[in-house]
Amino acid sequence: MEWINVIVQGVLIGGLYALFAAGLSLIFGVMRLVNIAHGDFIVGAAYLAMVVIQATGLHPLASLFLVVPAMAAIGYAIQLGLLNRVLGNDILPPLIVTFGLSIILQNLLLTGFSADSRKLNAGALETQSLAVLPGVDVGYLPLLTFVAAVALIAGLQYLFYHTAMGRAFRATSDDGEIAQIMGLDNRRVFAWAMSLSMSVVAIAGVFLAIRANFDPFMGPSRLIFGFEAVIIGGLGNLWGTLAGGVILGVAQGLGAQIDPGWQLLAGHIAFLVILAVKPRGLFPRID
Amino acid sequence: MSQAATIVRSTPASRIAGLIALAVLAGIAAAPLWASSADLRLITEILFYLALASMWNLLAGYAGLISVGQHAYVGLGGYLMFSCVLFLGMNPLWSIPVAGLAGAALSVPVAWLVFRLKGPYFAIGTWVVAEVFRLSAAQMASVGGGSGLSIPVSVMRDLGSKDQRETLIYLTAFVLCVGAIALVYLLLRSRVGLALTAIRDNEIASSSLGVRIGRIKLFVYVAAASVTTMIGTLIFITKLRISPDAAFSVNDWTVFVIFIVVIGGIGTIEGPILGTLLYFLLREFLADLGAIYLMILGALAIVIMLAAPKGLWGLVVQRFDFSIFPVGYRVRRK
Repeated sequence: MEWINVIVQGVLIGGLYALFAAGLSLIFGVMRLVNIAHGDFIVGAAYLAMVVIQATGLHPLASLFLVVPAMAAIGYAIQLGLLNRVLGNDILPPLIVTFGLSIILQNLLLTGFSADSRKLNAGALETQSLAVLPGVDVGYLPLLTFVAAVALIAGLQYLFYHTAMGRAFRATSDDGEIAQIMGLDNRRVFAWAMSLSMSVVAIAGVFLAIRANFDPFMGPSRLIFGFEAVIIGGLGNLWGTLAGGVILGVAQGLGAQIDPGWQLLAGHIAFLVILAVKPRGLFPRID
Repeated sequence: MSQAATIVRSTPASRIAGLIALAVLAGIAAAPLWASSADLRLITEILFYLALASMWNLLAGYAGLISVGQHAYVGLGGYLMFSCVLFLGMNPLWSIPVAGLAGAALSVPVAWLVFRLKGPYFAIGTWVVAEVFRLSAAQMASVGGGSGLSIPVSVMRDLGSKDQRETLIYLTAFVLCVGAIALVYLLLRSRVGLALTAIRDNEIASSSLGVRIGRIKLFVYVAAASVTTMIGTLIFITKLRISPDAAFSVNDWTVFVIFIVVIGGIGTIEGPILGTLLYFLLREFLADLGAIYLMILGALAIVIMLAAPKGLWGLVVQRFDFSIFPVGYRVRRK
């Protein structure tokens, strides 16, 4: 029963990793950009939520109504003002620019909020749980995180394949030049994609901040978890990304069960093994 | 008949600059004779960063392998040195060639894995590997686990008095650094360099002309890993203490190195030299600012990417068409 519990908790944590991954996967799909600062933006959103909560006294989940639009606006501005200028055939400039953003953001958060770790308090949501099996209790918060991840991915999937904006994303992704001839403004399309990605980042940041302590330097490892979920699941497949997050979460849980020091290592090893045997991920999109 | 033309590599200006560079080099080699102990340590550190930057430049600037995980090899070198000294009773300096071989051997399976990832995802893949190295080191109780360990005083005493030791370490650093730059220079003037240029200009066309892209990239990756591991070994001989977080520090051994290369000028041999000097100059004046100093570095890298993607040396080349290390060809009238 102990092992079943470990697996169940790992699956639920996988929802959080899928939230980390979805925003990353989205912008890579649309503009072939890997945002090195993705994890730092997640942490930045957590701090933003903290400030909002301190100022208004809102519940962390209610703070999303302010944090999501704010992050979306920041994403739109960064894309139009900075990232659009460096996108091109050479992959180095966007990589270096987002790397620079990552370092700036980490040190900005350090200067503004010190290196102390923080946490958002979501009250009863954090402590209540549901007994599904004897010895297996499912906390409301992990369950809610997982449900949010599933709902979000379903929403993104719908947006991509059933709306005008999704059509614009897919067209720009397939062939940017032809899309422009057809009247799309790629720069705006990219900006919308980035603001959508940052909205997901905001949700991921708030769920992260309720679940565990956060500090200014934990961004890069969130980037890595998200990245691993994307690669495990297969590039371009959002449901695959959810599966990738679940596999990563279960691997970490099993590792931690064997020895607490093995938690992160087990996740990375699972990723490397899958990379070795299935380089295109478990569920590659059929092109 | 049209005028005959010759193809040359160097120009008079580059030959003169080369001679001046040799003179400066001789002066730097003689640093133990003129520099104070503190200055000698600073120059040693500059040489470390210059060597690391040259290796990252070889990877990213010439082979298009943008790795953000080279700290894996710096830390590996450090831990190999500690293992050689503590378990095999070796002289720390002799662990450098051992580390070079071990780093090259280990980088082959790593390359086999991370080469499956393309472009930007390759970058993060190398980062994961470095994380695996760090977490593994923290699990090994024999090398101090998460808290690390120090070199016994007796081991360092065997290297001679304090002055002798510092001179010996300095000269080793000098040889490693000059060797790293010479490796890049000679590699670029060889067939490998020609292949790298072809790959950079057009990967598909070069492949159809018979350039074996995979093998060339693997060769460059292994060479850079091997040299980086050796530099890591020497870095931790000077530090005397190692811990997983210090050995596999992404900031110290990868972020700063990338910023050095990008600011100085990626894809040129001179760029990392200029970048390293600028980095240490900035550090001398701004390091007290702490977090703000790091923000300035990050902003500088972003500005360079927006305004001059070829870096500061790129501006020099564009303005004066000049290079100290001629690796290309020029057509001249007779």
